[in-house]
Order: sequence, then structure tokens, then C-alpha cells
Amino acid sequence: MRASVANVLRLCIKELRSLRADPVMLVLIAWAFTFSIVTVSKGMKFEVSQASVALADEDQSVLSGRIATAIQPPYFRQVRQIAVSDIDRSMDLGTSVFVLEIPPRFEADTLAGNHPKIQINVDATAMSQAGNGAVLLQNIIAREVRNYVARSSAVVPPNVGFVTRARYNPNLDAVWFTSTMQVINNITILSIILSGAAVIREREQGTIEHLLVMPVTSFELTLSKILANGSVIIVAALLSLLLVVRLFLGVPLQGSLGWFVIGAILYQFSVMAFGILLATLTASMAQFGLLVIPILMSMLLLSGSITPIESMPAWMQAAMQLVPSTQFVSFAQATLYRAARLDTIWHHLMIIAASGGAFFTLSVFRLHGWVTKSQ
Amino acid sequence: MKTEALSPVISFAGVHHRYRKAAALHNVSLAIPSGGMRGLIGPDGVGKSTFLALAAGVKKLQTGRVEVLGGSMRESSHRRACLQRIAYMPQGLGRNLYPTLSVFENLDYFGRLFGQGPDERRMRIDNLLTSTGLEAFANRPAGKLSGGMKQKLSLCSALIHDPDLLILDEPTTGVDPLSRRQFWELIERIRLRRPQMTVVAATAYMEEANRFDWLAVMDSGAVIAVGTPQQIKEQAGATSLDEAFIRLLPDDRRKEHSDVRIPPRSVLPGPPAIEATGLTKRFGTFVAVDNVSFRIERGEIFGFLGSNGCGKSTTMRMLTGLLPATSGEASVLGRPVASEDMAIRRRVGYMSQSFSLYRELTVLQNLELHAAIFELPTPTRGPRVAELLDRFGLKDDAESYPEGLPLGLRQRLQLAVAVLHKPEILILDEPTSGVDPIARDRFWQYLAELSRDDGVTVFLSTHFMNEAERCDRISLMHAGKVLAIGTPSELVAARGATDLDAAFVGYLEDAAGARGTSTVGGTGIASPLAKTPEAQPRNPSLFNLRRLWACARRESLEVLRDPIRMAFALLGPIILLMAFGFGISFDVDRLPFAAYDFDRSYESRELLASFEGSRYFERRSDIADEAQMEERLARGEISLVVEVPAGFGRDLQAERPVEVAVWIDGAMPFRAETIRSYVTGLSGRWQSQHAALHGELPAAEIGVRFRYNQTFRSPVATVPGIIMLMLMLIPAIMSALTVVKERETGSIANFRSTPVTKLEFLIGKQLPYIVLSLAGFAVLLLLARLVFGVSVTGSSATLAVGVVIYVFATTAFGLLISTITRTQLAAIVATPIIAIVPAMNFSGMLTPVSSLTPFTRLLGLSFPAAWFQYISVGTFSKALGFADLWPMHVVLAGFAAAYLSLAMLLLPKQES
Repeated sequence: MRASVANVLRLCIKELRSLRADPVMLVLIAWAFTFSIVTVSKGMKFEVSQASVALADEDQSVLSGRIATAIQPPYFRQVRQIAVSDIDRSMDLGTSVFVLEIPPRFEADTLAGNHPKIQINVDATAMSQAGNGAVLLQNIIAREVRNYVARSSAVVPPNVGFVTRARYNPNLDAVWFTSTMQVINNITILSIILSGAAVIREREQGTIEHLLVMPVTSFELTLSKILANGSVIIVAALLSLLLVVRLFLGVPLQGSLGWFVIGAILYQFSVMAFGILLATLTASMAQFGLLVIPILMSMLLLSGSITPIESMPAWMQAAMQLVPSTQFVSFAQATLYRAARLDTIWHHLMIIAASGGAFFTLSVFRLHGWVTKSQ
Repeated sequence: MKTEALSPVISFAGVHHRYRKAAALHNVSLAIPSGGMRGLIGPDGVGKSTFLALAAGVKKLQTGRVEVLGGSMRESSHRRACLQRIAYMPQGLGRNLYPTLSVFENLDYFGRLFGQGPDERRMRIDNLLTSTGLEAFANRPAGKLSGGMKQKLSLCSALIHDPDLLILDEPTTGVDPLSRRQFWELIERIRLRRPQMTVVAATAYMEEANRFDWLAVMDSGAVIAVGTPQQIKEQAGATSLDEAFIRLLPDDRRKEHSDVRIPPRSVLPGPPAIEATGLTKRFGTFVAVDNVSFRIERGEIFGFLGSNGCGKSTTMRMLTGLLPATSGEASVLGRPVASEDMAIRRRVGYMSQSFSLYRELTVLQNLELHAAIFELPTPTRGPRVAELLDRFGLKDDAESYPEGLPLGLRQRLQLAVAVLHKPEILILDEPTSGVDPIARDRFWQYLAELSRDDGVTVFLSTHFMNEAERCDRISLMHAGKVLAIGTPSELVAARGATDLDAAFVGYLEDAAGARGTSTVGGTGIASPLAKTPEAQPRNPSLFNLRRLWACARRESLEVLRDPIRMAFALLGPIILLMAFGFGISFDVDRLPFAAYDFDRSYESRELLASFEGSRYFERRSDIADEAQMEERLARGEISLVVEVPAGFGRDLQAERPVEVAVWIDGAMPFRAETIRSYVTGLSGRWQSQHAALHGELPAAEIGVRFRYNQTFRSPVATVPGIIMLMLMLIPAIMSALTVVKERETGSIANFRSTPVTKLEFLIGKQLPYIVLSLAGFAVLLLLARLVFGVSVTGSSATLAVGVVIYVFATTAFGLLISTITRTQLAAIVATPIIAIVPAMNFSGMLTPVSSLTPFTRLLGLSFPAAWFQYISVGTFSKALGFADLWPMHVVLAGFAAAYLSLAMLLLPKQES
């Protein structure tokens, strides 16, 4: 037993030396936890931002002018005036997501109490802006019309006010979400690629096989690979959270970082073991790449780190609950954003640990046969 | 032809060639007379391969002059003409063959590359197969042939176009002696039929070189002697070429050499070191090791002799416990072999066929790591490592990385690691292959000392006869069987042969005869080559459909036989469409909410019911107190809380302003914003209902019309974008693996040495992936309809034409990546990294293009994805057709042409 611990430690040191000698992987890790976090969290926006609005104004009145000037950045771009005949073409080619049609005599009819109709055309193939943008536009128009009419007559203010308050992220700043989620996504991507590529490279170079004729077991080998590479990733991820996310991007991390780290350790153990398991199913680095691309993308897209998991079909939600990435995303959102108490979220950790145990056992079981299989 | 017969067939003048820092050829001037058998001899790494590749025109000349077949190899027109007259067989067993293609398909491909018609091909292939004895194996995949058969097949493919100059780079390395003999006999027969053909071959076997009628001896990038074998031996005053070679070396190199002396063995007591009884290993139906038995005494040097793939390595791996035996028994040091027996591992040292130590650790670090793993007591570690560095002459290189060391030094390092823990047994798998004679002799000196001084049992494999002769006993292996065991002299005597080589051939012939049909193939009784009409050197045209089709056909056969690539091409789109389709969804439905109702009046219940009635919200149990609200929101059990204040109903009745607080979980901002706009919409409706009850109408009505997607479902918007992404990603990754794969396996040599042009080669590679991508698209179309309920509303023809042009462009993009990357891994990593960001972020898939900054917009437009997105969204969701979208098709075609031209520009026909 003592020999085993010592062997794992020695192999860990060897593993770290190997990683140090691989500049491409080091650059990839550094890039993934710095620039990639910043660019993705600044660039990936599902909110209404800089949406393009065109206006076909057949009224050309003071009121229609007020509506046009009320539509402002950051939600919208400056309104573009177009002719009614251009509406279809503008929408077909996607030059505008929203086109407002203000009918002739709109102002006059409004003041005369004729309740004229203003039309908002929405390109509903631009889903990220269409729904919420349409509501925003309605509010802006309603407000402008109300204010304009209020000058001439006394209007009763609505007597029931709905005050929405967002918890945990009062200004609904998307960077708070995407930056931390990107850290998690990068843990997933790097863990799987790093561990899988490491065993495949060692197999191709014959070094694993060489270790297996020495007093080293598959168990020690697999464990040392996971521990060494995993600790690098955990440290990089933690530094990224503290320096890039908190310090540079200014995201307050309300929850317990300690619990997050414990979850992350369990998680990377699980996905690293998964990476090794995937590697043992392939015969070469190229095959590993082809196998990993669809699996990784599914794990990222369906884990709830990009869009809410609630919008998936029920059967898929149920299936994804078995995948460690989904569990870790739920766990991380609860600890980092909502500072949830551990007793309410420990089941996530249990599932991650169980999946890690299963992946690890399977990969240890497969490793010897896979390494020695003639290529 | 006459003038050529007099002038040299190949002449080099002042040729230098360098690879990065290392010089491969140093001022080589050499004229090889035409006609006959010309040999190039010398150990590995002296520049033979570079010389031959330059002569064949497959490698780009750096400095100096090379003339072949009466013209300069600097002129591309002469090179092109030469491709029809030269045949080049690169080094490595069957490295230019396609392992998943059958023998016939391989030859058929080469025939097509030379533009031969079906009848001509059929006749030539039949002739070559019968004359080499391969006809019985016409349908066997090339990868499953024995080493000797692979070499014959390689030779057939070289001869398919009746070349005037046949260039063979170490054609017999690693092949058993019988196959080797047959190979040269075959060449003799071909030369009888076509005496005008010159054969230039490199070899590391000095005994083979004796057959050639002219030799050039090379060392360290220079030619050190030229002449007939007899002349060379006389010049050096030696009796054998091996000896002559060492004598011809410069003094300082020769000094390192001393003759190997192995003292006689004294018998050591105790059980045998290794004993195998009926050892058998099967891989599926293939029997790698067949009922092998032997016994190795302590302190003995026991040699395993045989060709590549005869089962030597497999037997050794079973003895180390790496591979479990299918049946039979093996014991090491009196204990049965078990893979988990750590005690035995400490008493055995192993050295595998290829270098298997850590390249990223220095010589010293490698030794230290192994000292630690073998748990040498800490105080002895340092001295032991120092002792080994000293003994194996590694002291000066202790801080170097193995990668940069010469092969001989690396081999010594491996031996040092193998003996580090003072094992009683050494198992060495081809420890000296590829090492020059001086280094080999030095290595043997170490082995002799270990065996005779330290009493270590040495079990090694080799395919060098002169090494076999040094062993105490040897065992001849062939096709998984042990043919004979004994001391070298016993074996020679038993066959009544002149030397060990002849004895081995005798045993092999017996084995082949005993088995009826031989696995060796063509046991020397094959019919002489039938007369086939001379292949007419065709005008090397710049474009030939037959050659293009040859490439396309071959690529298709390979893909169809690779289950992982097929699965990626056909299942990949399905998995990814599901992942993206469900993963990127803007539909926020059934949001769990809870009421925190302080009022509990009729009015408050009515308000909460309006939330409950919406399809967006789903009511959970009410909230009792503040702490519970905190806890349930934090846990993520509910996404929003509607807090109705006390007195809500009363105030509403009295038309006093009241305020309802809605608490939203803001952890996921997009979802929170959607919730907020749902709440805004719901409250607006609720208020106007209330206002209407009081007879008030809003000043103006605001109508919202969702176009193209009236039901406002996410898939209608996302699926066309996902299809755009899939048709970018998958075809590009598939084609990105093609060229670089050939470069890795070595079959790219065929592109360089045959008349196929860049355009034919690239389009040929592209076609199968275009077809596969179209099949993938059909699957996507079906899934879009069945799973996501999205179908084409516009012109299907417009979409179809667009898809064809688009996958043409995306596969061309993949080819471009493939021509500039060095490894398949790099290609597979680079392609998605380059492709995904512009396709996903800057093409309108997630963010509408009208909201991009001018820079990111331009970035998107400089990639085909953004243009196809117009066609995809236009035809699927916006009911558009050619009239609106034709400019996009034109731009896409431009991308396809540009990528292909760039790939052609960056794919050199010659290796640099």
C-alpha cells in the first residue's frame, strides 16, 4: 500500500514534467482560462443588445418622431427610416430584426381618441432578440404615446405596479453568468482532452507499456495521470476565477469558493477518468478526436451552462441528470451565484462522485488490455 | 535510348541536403552507370534514403545538380516526363500501400494513376500477381499480408507501368531470409525480360550487397567507396563487406570499434530462467504464436531469429506478462507468469522494439524515475545511476533529451534502464535494429559482459544473422512457429548448409512445403513474367479524369472501411443536431414559480391564477416565510416568487395604488430577462383587462406580428443555423484528415512519384466527402422535420444547389487545413477552432448579423458559413428562392475555388 502511494507520487511528478515539456498544451490551458474566458463572456450575448430597428413612417408627425428617437442603445441601434415597399426585403435579408409601421394620421387619430394601431414586425428567426425585444419596444412605444397624450389630457396612472427584482444578479449582467460557466466548460474540455491525449500519446510512444512491465499497476498509472493533470487544471481554474473573473471582469462571487473547489476536484476526477475511458475505445489520436467532438459538444450544450436546462424536453433533462457536467453546472450555479446551503445541494456531489468512480473503475479495467493490444 | 545506355542513369554533382540542423548529404558527386543492379550500402541514417528520393524526384533538390535519365531534375517538365519512366519504392514495409485495400485494389489504383484502361490494367495485374505468386491473395487486405508479401506487392505496384529506372529504398529490411532471396530472384527475372531497366537499391544487409554488380558505400552523408563488391573488398583489404565497411571508415570513427569477444559460458545451477510450453496467442482468428515451447538456461544468451511479424515480439510480451497467453504455460525464474506479479517484474529487465522511454525527460531523469519505481534504496540510487551513466558511456549526455541523441546512444540508454535494478533476466526485443555496425558491436560487448560476468540471462530477438551467430543458442521462428532450436553451429550442421542464412532458408522452405500453400507466397516456382506489351509512356497531361477517379475511388473505399470515420460522418450530424437543437433553445417554458401571498383575498387569488394559467409558468407550493423563500430560490427549486402585499384586494377595490413584487432568480441572466418580459406582458394584459372593466382603452394599440415563425418556436430559428454549422464542421473535419493522414502513414509518396496532378489528387479526395456530406444533409433534413417539426418553406432546389456548393467549399477548406498541418491531431484540433467561432458567432446563428460590429461582421463574411446561413434561413424559414438568394450561391462558389486553389498552391508535389 505504501509502495502504491509512493509510486503514484513519483508518476505524478513525471506527469507534471511531461506537461511542462508540452508547450502547446500549456499555451492551450493558459489561453483557455484567460483570453477565452474574457472573449466568450464579452462576446456571447443572448440578451437584446444593439438590435436593429427600421421604421416605415407614413405619419411623419411629432409623435412618430418621438417614438423613433426613444428607441436607443444599448438595447437598440439608431432607428433606420425605410419606405413601406422595402419592409419585406429588409426582413428577408435580415437587415432589420424589427420593422415598425406607423400608419398615416397616427398622431391625429391618437389625439382624437380613435385608437389607431401601430404595427411591430418581428423577424422571429432571430430568437435571441425577437421575444424580449418586442416586449421592450411595446413598452417604449406605449410610454411615448402615453406621455404625448398626457400633455393634452389627464390620464389615470395604472394603479397596480409590478416591481420585478432580480436576486443574485440585480442588473442581470450576462458576464456574471457566462464568465463562470466558461470556466466550467473549459474544465470539461481540457480535462477530457488532456487525459485522453496523454494516455494515447504514451501508448503510441510505448512508454505506458514499458511502465507496465515494471512494478507499476494500471490503477497507479490512471490515478497519477488524473491527479497530476487534474491538479494543474484545478489550480488554473481557481486562478482564473479569482484573477480573471473576479478581478478583471469584476464579477462578485457571492458563494463559497471552498465548496466550489471541492466540487471541481470531484468533477475533474470524473471527466478525466471519462477522457481516459474514451481513449481506450479508440486506436489513434485521430479517432479520439472524431469521437470526442460530438461527445464534448453534447456535454457542453446540454449541461445548462449555455441555455437553461428547463427548456429541454423532459426525457432529455432526465437523461442529462446522469451526466456529470449537468450536475456540476447545477452545483456551481447554486454555490457560486446563490450561495446555497450545502445540505440542499449535496446530491449533485454524490452523483458526480459516483460517475467518477464508475468511469475510473472502467478505465483501469480497460487500460492494460488496450495498451498491450497490438496496433 | 542508346546515348542513355552509355551515359550514367543518375548523376549527382556537388549535392548538399540538410534537414533543419542536420546534414543528410554532404557534397555528394556520384554517377551511377545505367543498366544492371546498382546498390547503395551503409547503415541507417547515412543519407541513402535522401539520395534515392532526390534521384526519384520526390524530394526537392536544395543545392547541387541531379541528372536522371538524361535530364535535370530541377526542370519540372523533365520531372513530369520522368514520373512515367521511374518507379520508386520508399522505405518501410509496405509504407506506400493502403492497408485496408485488397492486393488487387492496391494494384488497380496504381494502374489507374498511370492512366491505364480497364483491359490493360486487368492484364497487367494478372501477370504481376501470377509471377509473384500473389494471385491466391488477391482479395486479402494489404495490411494483413506478411512482411515478405507486402514487399512483393509494393514491387508489383512499382512495376505496373514498365519503368526504365526502378529505385528501391531498403526493400528487404525486416523480411525473412527466404522472402528476401525470393524478392531478389523476382527482380532478376524481371530484368531478364526488360534488360534495359536499371535497378538502384539501398540495403543495410551487407550479404545482400554481394549480389549487386556495382556498389556505392555511404557513411555520414558522403560516398566513401565505389566499385564492384570485389573491388571494394580488395580496396579495404577485407574478406567480407561488413569488415570492409568498418575498414573504410575514417580513423576516428574506426577507433571506437573493437571486435566482439564472448567468453565461453559456464553452466549455472538452478531452475531454467525461462520456460515456455505450448505457448499460443490468438488475436481473433489470427494465430500470432502457435504452440511454442523452449527453455532458456541461466546465464545463457538466447536469440530469437525471424522476420517482422513472425511472433517474436508477441512471445516476448507474453513472457513479460504484458499479454495473457491464449493457451500454454510460461514460467520465469521458476514461477508461472502472471500480469500482476510484482515480485517477478523486479527480477526482469525489458527493452521493447522501439524507443519507449520518456522523450520529455532527460537521460538522467529517465534513469532516476526508473530507480525510484524499482524502489532502489535511496542512498544507493545516486551511485547506481552514476555507475550506469559511466558504464554505458552516457555521462556526457546525462542532461540531454533522448530525442536529439543518435539511435545508438538511445539504445544504450534503454539497456541502462533495463539493467538498472540488476535483473536476473533481460528480455530485449530487436535491440539493435537500425543501429550502425560499430554501435551494434559495442552493444553486444555490453551483453557479453552482462551474461558472462554478472550471470544475467539474455533473451533477445534479431533479424541479423551475424548477431544470431553470437548467441549461445538460437531459435528460428516463422509464422508463429518455432522451426528449430539449437546452437548456431548445430543448426548449420543439421541442414548441411554453408552458413546460418542458408540453414534458415532451408528450414523455411521445409515449413512452406509442409503447409502446402505457403504464407510466404510464390516459393520460387512462380511462372516467369508473361510478355505483356510495353506500356506506352503516355503524354503526361495536366488533367486526366481517370486519375482523378482513381483517387476518388481509393478514398471512398478507405472511408467505407473505417467504421469510426463513417460513424462520425453519419451519426455525428444526428447527435450534434440533437445537442444543438435542444441545447440552444430560447424557449423558456414551465418556469416554476411560487406565491408569497400576504393577502389571500379573492383579488390576489385571481392575480395568481393569471400567472398559473400562462404556459410560461408552473405553480409550486406556496411560500410560508422569508427564510423558505431564500432557501427555495437558492436551491434553484423555483425561478420566481410573486409577492402579493397585505391589503391588495382592499386597495384594488378602493383604486389606491398597490405594488406587487416579483422576485426573479437572476443567476442566469437570459432566463431572468425572459421571465421579466413575460411578467411585463402578463401584467400589461392583466391591467388592460382591469382598465377595460372600467371603460378605458389605451390611446393607441400596438400590434406585434412575428414573421417567419408565427408560433415563435426556437427550432424554426435555430435548426437552419445548426444545419449550416454541421455542414461546415463535419465535412471540413473529415477532409482535413485526408492529406495529412497520407503524410503520416507515408502513402503520400505515391502522390509524389506518380503522374497524378495536384488538382486530380485534391478533387479526388474531396468527392467522397461531398457525397457523404450530402447523405448527412439528407439525414439532417429528415430529423429536422421529424424531431423538430422544421421543414423547407421556400425553394427546395435553391437549398439543394446551395448545399452542394457549400459542402464543396467546406471540404475544400478542410483540404486546405490538411495541406498545412503536420499531424492528424493538429488538423482535427485546428479545424473546429478556426471554423466554429465565425460560423457560430458571426454568421447570424446566435446574434443577428445586423447587431454585429463592422469588424465582426466582416470576419463572418470572410467565411462561407455566413453566406450559406442566408440560403439556409431563407429557404427553411423565410420562403425564399433563387431570385432572392442567387448572389450567395455565386459567393460560395468563389470560396470553393479560392480554398482549392490555395490548397493546390500549398501542396508541394515534391517533398522538401
